[in-house]
Amino acid sequence: MVRSLLIRGMLVGLLAGVLAFAFAYVFGEPQVQHAIDFEDLLVARTGAPPEHELVSRGVQRTLGLATGTIALGVALGGMFSLVYAYAYGRIGVAGARLTAAILALVAFTTITLVPFTKYPANPPTVGSPDTIDKRTLLYFGMIAITVLAFVAATRIRREYLERLGAWNAGIAAGAVFVVVVAVAQLILPAVNETPAGFPADVLYRFRLASLGINATLWLTIGLAFGAAAERLLAPADRRGPAPSAELAS
Amino acid sequence: MSETLVERHSGAVAGPIASPKELLPYAIFAGVLLALLVYFVGAEEGAASLIGGSSVHEFVHDARHLLGFPCH
Repeated sequence: MVRSLLIRGMLVGLLAGVLAFAFAYVFGEPQVQHAIDFEDLLVARTGAPPEHELVSRGVQRTLGLATGTIALGVALGGMFSLVYAYAYGRIGVAGARLTAAILALVAFTTITLVPFTKYPANPPTVGSPDTIDKRTLLYFGMIAITVLAFVAATRIRREYLERLGAWNAGIAAGAVFVVVVAVAQLILPAVNETPAGFPADVLYRFRLASLGINATLWLTIGLAFGAAAERLLAPADRRGPAPSAELAS
Repeated sequence: MSETLVERHSGAVAGPIASPKELLPYAIFAGVLLALLVYFVGAEEGAASLIGGSSVHEFVHDARHLLGFPCH
Protein backbone atom coordinates (compact mmCIF):
# COMPACT_ATOMS: atom_id res chain seq x y z
CA MET A 1 0.00 0.00 0.00
CA VAL A 2 2.76 2.43 0.93
CA ARG A 3 4.54 1.56 -2.30
CA SER A 4 1.44 2.35 -4.39
CA LEU A 5 0.88 5.63 -2.54
CA LEU A 6 4.52 6.65 -3.02
CA ILE A 7 4.34 6.06 -6.79
CA ARG A 8 1.16 8.12 -7.04
CA GLY A 9 2.67 10.83 -4.87
CA MET A 10 5.66 11.23 -7.15
CA LEU A 11 3.49 11.28 -10.30
CA VAL A 12 1.18 13.86 -8.75
CA GLY A 13 4.28 15.84 -7.75
CA LEU A 14 5.46 15.76 -11.35
CA LEU A 15 2.14 17.23 -12.48
CA ALA A 16 2.31 19.83 -9.71
CA GLY A 17 5.84 20.79 -10.79
CA VAL A 18 4.72 21.28 -14.40
CA LEU A 19 1.78 23.48 -13.37
CA ALA A 20 3.98 25.43 -10.95
CA PHE A 21 6.41 26.01 -13.82
CA ALA A 22 3.58 27.35 -16.01
CA PHE A 23 2.46 29.72 -13.26
CA ALA A 24 6.04 30.80 -12.57
CA TYR A 25 6.78 31.40 -16.24
CA VAL A 26 3.69 33.57 -16.77
CA PHE A 27 3.53 35.51 -13.49
CA GLY A 28 7.01 35.24 -11.99
CA GLU A 29 9.49 35.58 -14.84
CA PRO A 30 8.52 39.13 -15.89
CA GLN A 31 9.30 40.30 -12.32
CA VAL A 32 12.62 38.41 -12.29
CA GLN A 33 13.54 40.22 -15.51
CA HIS A 34 12.59 43.61 -14.06
CA ALA A 35 14.83 42.89 -11.07
CA ILE A 36 17.75 41.87 -13.29
CA ASP A 37 17.30 44.98 -15.42
CA PHE A 38 17.52 47.05 -12.24
CA GLU A 39 20.70 45.22 -11.23
CA ASP A 40 22.23 45.87 -14.67
CA LEU A 41 21.37 49.53 -14.26
CA LEU A 42 23.20 49.66 -10.91
CA VAL A 43 26.24 47.91 -12.40
CA ALA A 44 26.28 50.24 -15.41
CA ARG A 45 26.26 53.28 -13.10
CA THR A 46 29.41 52.13 -11.33
CA GLY A 47 31.12 51.88 -14.71
CA ALA A 48 32.05 48.23 -14.18
CA PRO A 49 31.85 45.81 -17.13
CA PRO A 50 28.63 43.73 -17.24
CA GLU A 51 28.67 40.39 -15.39
CA HIS A 52 29.68 37.35 -17.42
CA GLU A 53 26.76 34.90 -17.81
CA LEU A 54 27.52 31.26 -17.01
CA VAL A 55 24.04 30.17 -18.03
CA SER A 56 22.04 32.30 -20.45
CA ARG A 57 18.84 34.00 -19.29
CA GLY A 58 16.94 32.05 -21.93
CA VAL A 59 17.95 28.73 -20.37
CA GLN A 60 17.44 29.99 -16.83
CA ARG A 61 13.86 31.05 -17.38
CA THR A 62 12.80 27.92 -19.28
CA LEU A 63 14.79 24.71 -18.79
CA GLY A 64 16.37 25.79 -15.50
CA LEU A 65 13.09 26.97 -14.01
CA ALA A 66 11.26 23.80 -15.12
CA THR A 67 14.02 21.58 -13.70
CA GLY A 68 13.78 23.29 -10.34
CA THR A 69 10.00 23.26 -10.01
CA ILE A 70 9.61 19.68 -11.29
CA ALA A 71 12.41 18.28 -9.12
CA LEU A 72 10.95 19.93 -6.06
CA GLY A 73 7.43 18.86 -7.07
CA VAL A 74 8.40 15.17 -7.34
CA ALA A 75 10.28 15.27 -4.02
CA LEU A 76 7.46 17.05 -2.18
CA GLY A 77 4.83 14.80 -3.80
CA GLY A 78 6.68 11.69 -2.65
CA MET A 79 7.14 13.07 0.85
CA PHE A 80 3.47 14.08 0.91
CA SER A 81 2.37 10.53 0.08
CA LEU A 82 4.35 9.14 3.04
CA VAL A 83 2.87 11.64 5.47
CA TYR A 84 -0.50 10.76 3.94
CA ALA A 85 0.08 7.05 4.50
CA TYR A 86 0.54 7.85 8.18
CA ALA A 87 -2.30 10.38 8.46
CA TYR A 88 -4.99 8.41 6.61
CA GLY A 89 -7.46 6.97 9.10
CA ARG A 90 -6.01 9.13 11.87
CA ILE A 91 -7.76 12.44 11.09
CA GLY A 92 -11.24 12.00 12.55
CA VAL A 93 -13.67 10.67 9.97
CA ALA A 94 -11.92 12.29 7.00
CA GLY A 95 -12.02 10.13 3.87
CA ALA A 96 -9.36 9.76 1.18
CA ARG A 97 -9.88 13.09 -0.59
CA LEU A 98 -10.54 15.19 2.51
CA THR A 99 -7.38 13.84 4.18
CA ALA A 100 -5.30 14.90 1.16
CA ALA A 101 -6.92 18.35 1.04
CA ILE A 102 -6.32 18.94 4.77
CA LEU A 103 -2.69 17.81 4.56
CA ALA A 104 -1.99 20.03 1.54
CA LEU A 105 -3.55 23.03 3.25
CA VAL A 106 -1.47 22.39 6.37
CA ALA A 107 1.69 21.97 4.26
CA PHE A 108 1.10 25.23 2.38
CA THR A 109 0.39 27.09 5.62
CA THR A 110 3.33 25.77 7.64
CA ILE A 111 5.98 25.46 4.93
CA THR A 112 5.18 28.48 2.77
CA LEU A 113 2.66 30.96 4.17
CA VAL A 114 3.70 31.39 7.81
CA PRO A 115 7.51 31.39 7.22
CA PHE A 116 6.84 33.86 4.36
CA THR A 117 5.54 36.43 6.86
CA LYS A 118 9.05 36.59 8.37
CA TYR A 119 11.37 35.74 5.47
CA PRO A 120 9.51 36.38 2.20
CA ALA A 121 10.78 35.42 -1.24
CA ASN A 122 13.17 37.92 -2.79
CA PRO A 123 13.94 38.66 -6.44
CA PRO A 124 17.51 38.82 -7.77
CA THR A 125 19.39 41.94 -6.57
CA VAL A 126 17.57 41.88 -3.21
CA GLY A 127 19.86 40.16 -0.72
CA SER A 128 23.59 40.46 -0.11
CA PRO A 129 25.84 37.55 -1.17
CA ASP A 130 27.74 37.97 2.11
CA THR A 131 24.76 36.97 4.23
CA ILE A 132 23.53 34.01 2.15
CA ASP A 133 24.65 31.39 4.72
CA LYS A 134 22.92 33.19 7.57
CA ARG A 135 19.75 33.78 5.55
CA THR A 136 19.57 30.15 4.40
CA LEU A 137 19.84 28.97 8.01
CA LEU A 138 17.18 31.42 9.21
CA TYR A 139 14.83 30.46 6.37
CA PHE A 140 14.95 26.71 7.02
CA GLY A 141 14.93 27.35 10.77
CA MET A 142 11.71 29.31 10.47
CA ILE A 143 10.11 26.48 8.46
CA ALA A 144 11.22 23.91 11.04
CA ILE A 145 9.86 25.97 13.94
CA THR A 146 6.51 26.44 12.19
CA VAL A 147 6.10 22.74 11.35
CA LEU A 148 7.09 21.68 14.87
CA ALA A 149 4.73 24.26 16.39
CA PHE A 150 1.91 22.78 14.31
CA VAL A 151 2.72 19.21 15.36
CA ALA A 152 2.80 20.34 19.01
CA ALA A 153 -0.55 22.10 18.55
CA THR A 154 -2.24 18.98 17.17
CA ARG A 155 -0.95 16.97 20.13
CA ILE A 156 -2.27 19.54 22.58
CA ARG A 157 -5.63 19.47 20.84
CA ARG A 158 -5.79 15.69 21.17
CA GLU A 159 -4.66 15.83 24.78
CA TYR A 160 -7.41 18.24 25.86
CA LEU A 161 -10.15 16.98 23.55
CA GLU A 162 -12.12 15.17 26.24
CA ARG A 163 -11.59 17.69 29.02
CA LEU A 164 -12.30 20.88 27.05
CA GLY A 165 -14.44 19.64 24.17
CA ALA A 166 -13.59 19.87 20.47
CA TRP A 167 -14.13 23.64 20.12
CA ASN A 168 -12.10 24.81 23.11
CA ALA A 169 -9.36 22.23 22.55
CA GLY A 170 -9.08 23.60 19.00
CA ILE A 171 -8.79 27.15 20.33
CA ALA A 172 -6.12 26.11 22.83
CA ALA A 173 -4.13 24.37 20.08
CA GLY A 174 -4.47 27.37 17.76
CA ALA A 175 -3.34 29.73 20.52
CA VAL A 176 -0.24 27.63 21.21
CA PHE A 177 0.64 27.64 17.51
CA VAL A 178 0.21 31.41 17.16
CA VAL A 179 2.18 32.20 20.34
CA VAL A 180 5.12 29.90 19.45
CA VAL A 181 5.35 31.31 15.93
CA ALA A 182 4.98 34.92 17.12
CA VAL A 183 7.70 34.56 19.76
CA ALA A 184 10.04 32.90 17.24
CA GLN A 185 9.44 35.68 14.73
CA LEU A 186 10.13 38.34 17.37
CA ILE A 187 13.39 36.69 18.45
CA LEU A 188 14.83 35.78 15.04
CA PRO A 189 16.75 38.63 13.37
CA ALA A 190 15.13 40.66 10.62
CA VAL A 191 16.55 40.63 7.09
CA ASN A 192 16.38 44.07 5.45
CA GLU A 193 18.51 43.93 2.34
CA THR A 194 16.43 45.60 -0.35
CA PRO A 195 18.77 48.06 -2.13
CA ALA A 196 17.79 51.73 -2.18
CA GLY A 197 15.69 52.62 -5.22
CA PHE A 198 14.50 49.06 -5.95
CA PRO A 199 10.99 49.36 -7.44
CA ALA A 200 8.47 48.50 -4.70
CA ASP A 201 5.87 47.34 -7.22
CA VAL A 202 8.26 44.76 -8.67
CA LEU A 203 9.03 43.48 -5.16
CA TYR A 204 5.33 43.18 -4.33
CA ARG A 205 4.43 41.41 -7.56
CA PHE A 206 7.40 39.08 -7.29
CA ARG A 207 6.40 38.02 -3.79
CA LEU A 208 2.78 37.57 -4.82
CA ALA A 209 3.91 35.41 -7.74
CA SER A 210 6.07 33.33 -5.39
CA LEU A 211 3.08 32.68 -3.13
CA GLY A 212 1.02 31.77 -6.20
CA ILE A 213 3.64 29.27 -7.39
CA ASN A 214 3.71 27.52 -4.02
CA ALA A 215 -0.09 27.59 -3.82
CA THR A 216 -0.26 25.98 -7.28
CA LEU A 217 2.17 23.29 -6.13
CA TRP A 218 0.23 22.37 -2.98
CA LEU A 219 -3.22 22.79 -4.48
CA THR A 220 -2.34 20.37 -7.26
CA ILE A 221 -0.80 17.87 -4.87
CA GLY A 222 -3.75 18.10 -2.47
CA LEU A 223 -6.49 17.67 -5.05
CA ALA A 224 -4.81 15.29 -7.51
CA PHE A 225 -3.36 13.04 -4.81
CA GLY A 226 -6.75 12.90 -3.09
CA ALA A 227 -8.36 11.67 -6.31
CA ALA A 228 -5.58 9.13 -6.93
CA ALA A 229 -5.62 7.88 -3.34
CA GLU A 230 -9.38 7.44 -3.34
CA ARG A 231 -9.24 5.17 -6.39
CA LEU A 232 -6.66 3.14 -4.54
CA LEU A 233 -8.13 3.08 -1.05
CA ALA A 234 -11.85 2.96 -1.78
CA PRO A 235 -12.37 1.52 -5.25
CA ALA A 236 -15.93 0.47 -4.34
CA ASP A 237 -16.94 4.12 -4.13
CA ARG A 238 -16.48 4.50 -7.85
CA ARG A 239 -19.44 2.25 -8.58
CA GLY A 240 -21.77 5.10 -7.72
CA PRO A 241 -23.43 6.64 -4.71
CA ALA A 242 -24.67 4.38 -1.98
CA PRO A 243 -28.49 4.04 -1.69
CA SER A 244 -28.60 6.12 1.49
CA ALA A 245 -26.66 8.96 -0.15
CA GLU A 246 -29.12 8.94 -3.05
CA LEU A 247 -32.01 9.30 -0.66
CA ALA A 248 -30.30 12.14 1.17
CA SER A 249 -29.73 14.11 -2.03
CA MET B 1 -23.76 19.46 10.09
CA SER B 2 -20.19 18.33 9.95
CA GLU B 3 -21.18 15.23 8.01
CA THR B 4 -21.77 17.38 4.94
CA LEU B 5 -18.05 18.22 4.91
CA VAL B 6 -17.11 14.58 4.62
CA GLU B 7 -17.27 12.64 1.40
CA ARG B 8 -20.64 11.04 0.96
CA HIS B 9 -19.54 7.45 0.85
CA SER B 10 -17.21 7.50 3.78
CA GLY B 11 -19.72 5.77 5.99
CA ALA B 12 -17.12 3.12 6.67
CA VAL B 13 -13.92 5.08 7.25
CA ALA B 14 -11.11 2.58 7.44
CA GLY B 15 -8.61 2.81 10.25
CA PRO B 16 -4.94 3.67 9.74
CA ILE B 17 -3.37 1.87 6.77
CA ALA B 18 0.27 2.00 7.80
CA SER B 19 2.09 1.72 11.11
CA PRO B 20 4.95 4.12 11.93
CA LYS B 21 7.31 1.13 11.99
CA GLU B 22 6.38 0.16 8.44
CA LEU B 23 6.80 3.76 7.25
CA LEU B 24 10.16 4.46 8.89
CA PRO B 25 12.51 3.20 6.13
CA TYR B 26 10.48 4.99 3.44
CA ALA B 27 10.46 8.17 5.49
CA ILE B 28 14.23 8.11 6.06
CA PHE B 29 14.94 7.50 2.39
CA ALA B 30 12.51 10.19 1.22
CA GLY B 31 13.83 12.61 3.81
CA VAL B 32 17.40 12.18 2.60
CA LEU B 33 16.29 12.53 -1.03
CA LEU B 34 14.29 15.65 -0.25
CA ALA B 35 17.20 17.19 1.62
CA LEU B 36 19.51 16.51 -1.32
CA LEU B 37 17.08 17.97 -3.85
CA VAL B 38 16.36 21.01 -1.76
CA TYR B 39 20.10 21.43 -1.44
CA PHE B 40 20.66 21.40 -5.20
CA VAL B 41 17.65 23.52 -6.06
CA GLY B 42 17.81 25.74 -3.02
CA ALA B 43 21.39 26.22 -1.96
CA GLU B 44 24.20 24.68 -4.08
CA GLU B 45 26.66 27.53 -4.23
CA GLY B 46 29.49 29.36 -2.57
CA ALA B 47 31.15 27.84 0.48
CA ALA B 48 28.79 24.85 0.58
CA SER B 49 29.17 23.98 -3.12
CA LEU B 50 29.56 20.27 -3.92
CA ILE B 51 30.12 20.63 -7.64
CA GLY B 52 32.87 23.01 -8.73
CA GLY B 53 31.95 26.42 -10.08
CA SER B 54 28.42 27.73 -9.94
CA SER B 55 26.80 26.17 -13.04
CA VAL B 56 24.22 24.22 -11.01
CA HIS B 57 23.52 27.32 -8.98
CA GLU B 58 23.03 29.43 -12.10
CA PHE B 59 20.99 26.78 -13.95
CA VAL B 60 18.15 26.67 -11.39
CA HIS B 61 18.66 30.33 -10.45
CA ASP B 62 15.13 31.49 -11.34
CA ALA B 63 13.42 28.51 -9.70
CA ARG B 64 15.25 29.18 -6.45
CA HIS B 65 14.22 32.83 -6.34
CA LEU B 66 10.62 32.19 -7.37
CA LEU B 67 10.05 29.25 -5.03
CA GLY B 68 11.13 31.48 -2.16
CA PHE B 69 14.57 30.14 -1.26
CA PRO B 70 17.14 32.68 -0.12
CA CYS B 71 19.69 33.68 -2.75
CA HIS B 72 22.31 36.30 -3.35
